[in-house]
Amino acid sequence: MLDARLLTRGLPALALGLVMSAGAIAKDTGYIFVSNEKTNNIAVIDPKQDYKIIQWVPTSHRPRDMKFGDDRRLLYVACGDDDVIDVIDVATLKVADHIPTGPSPEMFQLSRDEKALYVSNEEGSSVQEISIADKLIVREFATGAEPEGLAISADGKTLYVTSEVTDMVHVVDAEAGVVTDNIVVGTRPRRLLLLTGGKELWVSNELSGEVSVIDRAANRVSATIDFLPPGFRQVDVTPVGMTMTRDGKSGIVALGRANHVAFVDTATRKVEDYVLVGSRAWGVALSRDEKTLYVANGLSDDLSIVDMETRKAIRAVPVGRVPHSVLVDD
Amino acid sequence: MKLGYVELAHDPRYANRGALSGIVFTDLGRPYQGSQVALEDAQAVGRVTGVEFSMEKSTATSDDELVQRISDWMTSDGIHFVLADLPAAALKDLARRLTDRPVMLINISAPDDSLRGADCANNVLHTYPSESMLSDALMQYLVAKGWIQILVLQGPAPEDAAMVTALQRSARKFRANVVETRQFLLTNDPRNREQSNIVLMTGGIRYDVVYVADSSGEFGRYVLYETSLPRPVVGTAGLVPTAWSWSWDRDAAVQLQHRYERASPPRRMNGADWAAWEAVKAVTQAVMRTHSTAFDAVKAFLLSDKLTLDTVKGNPGSFRAWDHQLRAPVLLSTADAVIERAPLPQYLHQTNVLDTLGIDAPETTCRF
Repeated sequence: MLDARLLTRGLPALALGLVMSAGAIAKDTGYIFVSNEKTNNIAVIDPKQDYKIIQWVPTSHRPRDMKFGDDRRLLYVACGDDDVIDVIDVATLKVADHIPTGPSPEMFQLSRDEKALYVSNEEGSSVQEISIADKLIVREFATGAEPEGLAISADGKTLYVTSEVTDMVHVVDAEAGVVTDNIVVGTRPRRLLLLTGGKELWVSNELSGEVSVIDRAANRVSATIDFLPPGFRQVDVTPVGMTMTRDGKSGIVALGRANHVAFVDTATRKVEDYVLVGSRAWGVALSRDEKTLYVANGLSDDLSIVDMETRKAIRAVPVGRVPHSVLVDD
Repeated sequence: MKLGYVELAHDPRYANRGALSGIVFTDLGRPYQGSQVALEDAQAVGRVTGVEFSMEKSTATSDDELVQRISDWMTSDGIHFVLADLPAAALKDLARRLTDRPVMLINISAPDDSLRGADCANNVLHTYPSESMLSDALMQYLVAKGWIQILVLQGPAPEDAAMVTALQRSARKFRANVVETRQFLLTNDPRNREQSNIVLMTGGIRYDVVYVADSSGEFGRYVLYETSLPRPVVGTAGLVPTAWSWSWDRDAAVQLQHRYERASPPRRMNGADWAAWEAVKAVTQAVMRTHSTAFDAVKAFLLSDKLTLDTVKGNPGSFRAWDHQLRAPVLLSTADAVIERAPLPQYLHQTNVLDTLGIDAPETTCRF
C-alpha cells in the first residue's frame, strides 16, 4: 500500500504541476462526471464540446456515489465490488489512490473538515468513519441492513443514515459515535437531502413511492410528499436521487421507474412539474448556474439533459452501462 | 413477537430432491434459512422499536403433532403467526383443525391452486406464488414472443398434472394453444420409447415451444437441444417461472442473496426461501407500522392495502383479499440468467398489474 499521507498531500501539487505543463486550467472545468456501475468507469463529459465524452476514467469495480474533495481537485468514487473508494485527480483524470472500505460501499459523505469519510456499507450493515490521511477505519456505527443515504448537518455534528431494509433513518452523534435516535419513515428509504436552513431533512422512499419530510428538531416525520407523473401508476414511482436549487426553493426528486423527475416547491411541498427523462432515473445534479439539470438513467444507459427554464429534457447523451451518479465540476 | 415455523420430517417433496446420482443439480431444499435472514433484519428493527423478534421451529412427524405443537405455542408462547413449509394436504388439514383459533398460517412452499381456491382457508396466507401465477407469468412471455403453439410433455406425478392444468388455464387466458399433451415415462425400456425418447416425443407435430411438466427433474434436463424441431423449452426445464433465482440482480436482490449465502448451507436461495423471508418481512412490517404485537392488529394490517412489502423484485407486495395470496412479480429464469420479470409491461390491469398473474377476484372460487 502506498503511503496515504504522502499521496493525498502530494496530489494537489502534482496536479498543479501537470496543469502548468499542459497549459490548461483544471479548476472549474465544467465537466460532468457520470459513474457507470457495470462498465467500471466514469464518463467525463464536456458540455462545451456538445456534450462529448472527452474521457473514460477506468475505476475499481462498480463505481457508484461520487464526491469532490480538496476544492474539487479530487474526486472520490465509492466502488462497491472492490470495497474501495477510488481517488481521482481531477486535473489528470486518473485514479491516483484507493481508500479501503468495508463491504460494498455505496453512498458516502465527507466530514465537514474533509478529514474523514463516512461510508455506508450496503452489505455490512454499518457506517464507517474512515480517516482519509491514515486510510484507517476510525469508527464504525451499526445500522439496520442495507444502509444507504447519508447526510451531515451543517455543523458536522449529526449524521443521518437510511437503512433500506429496516425502513428507518438513524440519527448518529458524529462526535460521540453513537446512534441517538431512529426515525421510522416510508418503505425502503434510499437517499437524504438536507434542506437549506437545516430544519428539514427529506428522505426518498423507493418502495412506498414518497418523500418523508423529517422535522429535525423533533426527529419525526412531519409531512409526506406523494408523486404521480402522467401515465404512470403508483407502483412505478420509485424515488431515489434528490437535489435542490441553491436558494432552497425547489427540490428535485428522481422518480426511478416512473422515468420522470419531479420539481417540488419546498415551502408548500407541492409538486410543480414532472419532467420526462430516461429509464429508471436515479442520480441528479444541477450545473452551478442552475440552468441545466443532469439525470443519470440506470436502465437506458444515458444522461438526460434538462433545461431548467422550460423544464424539459432537451437531449440524452449515451454513457456507460448502468449510470449511477452524476456530478458537475463548475 | 414470537413466530412459529413448522415442517414435516418426512416431507416427500424433499426426499432425494435436488440430487441425482449424488450430484446436486437444483437449489431445492428446505426454506428455513430464508426465514432466518428476515428474522435477523427483524431483530435489528426490534432493537430500535423495543420489540424482541424470535422464532420457534418444530419438525413433526404427523399432522396431529403439528396441531398439538401450534396449540401449545398459542397458549404458552403467544405465537400466532406460523410459517408453514408443508405439502398441500397437510396444510389444508392443519388449517381446518385450527379454524377459529387465533393463529395465521403462512404458506411458504405449496403452489397448489386448490389452497387458494376450493380449499382456501381464512387462517392461511400464501407468500409462495400459486401454480397459476407461475404459469401466467410464463404464458405472458410466450404470448409476447409469439410462441403460442405449445407442445406439452407431461410426467406421471400429480404435481405434473397440476402444472399442466394451470398451463391450460393460462393458455385460455392469454390466448395461446396447447397443440398436444404427451405423457412421458422415466424408463429405458425400448418398448416404451415413444414415451421416453425425446426426439420421438417431439416429432411428427408442429409447435413453437415445448413445455415440460416434470417435477422429478430427471427428464426435463435432457429435453433442451434434443427436440425434433429446433424450438425453445420452457416449464420445469429451460425457461422456468420461479419466485426466486440467485441470478436476479436488480431491486436490491444481490444484497439479500449475499445475506442468505453468508448464513446458509452451501446452497443458493430458492423460491421457498424467498417466500419464507417474505413471510417474516410481512409480519415485521405489520408490527412496526401498527406499533402492536397483538394478533388482531397485526392480522388486520397484513390484510389491508397499507402493506407495502418489499418483494425485491420491483413491485411492492400485498395480500389479495379474495384468497390471501401475496401479490408479487415472478421471475422467468434459465439456469444462470433471469430473462424476464412478470408481469410484462404490455399486460395491464384496472387496479394492480400484479393481478394479471394468477386468479383475479372475479374468477376466484375461494369462499372464506
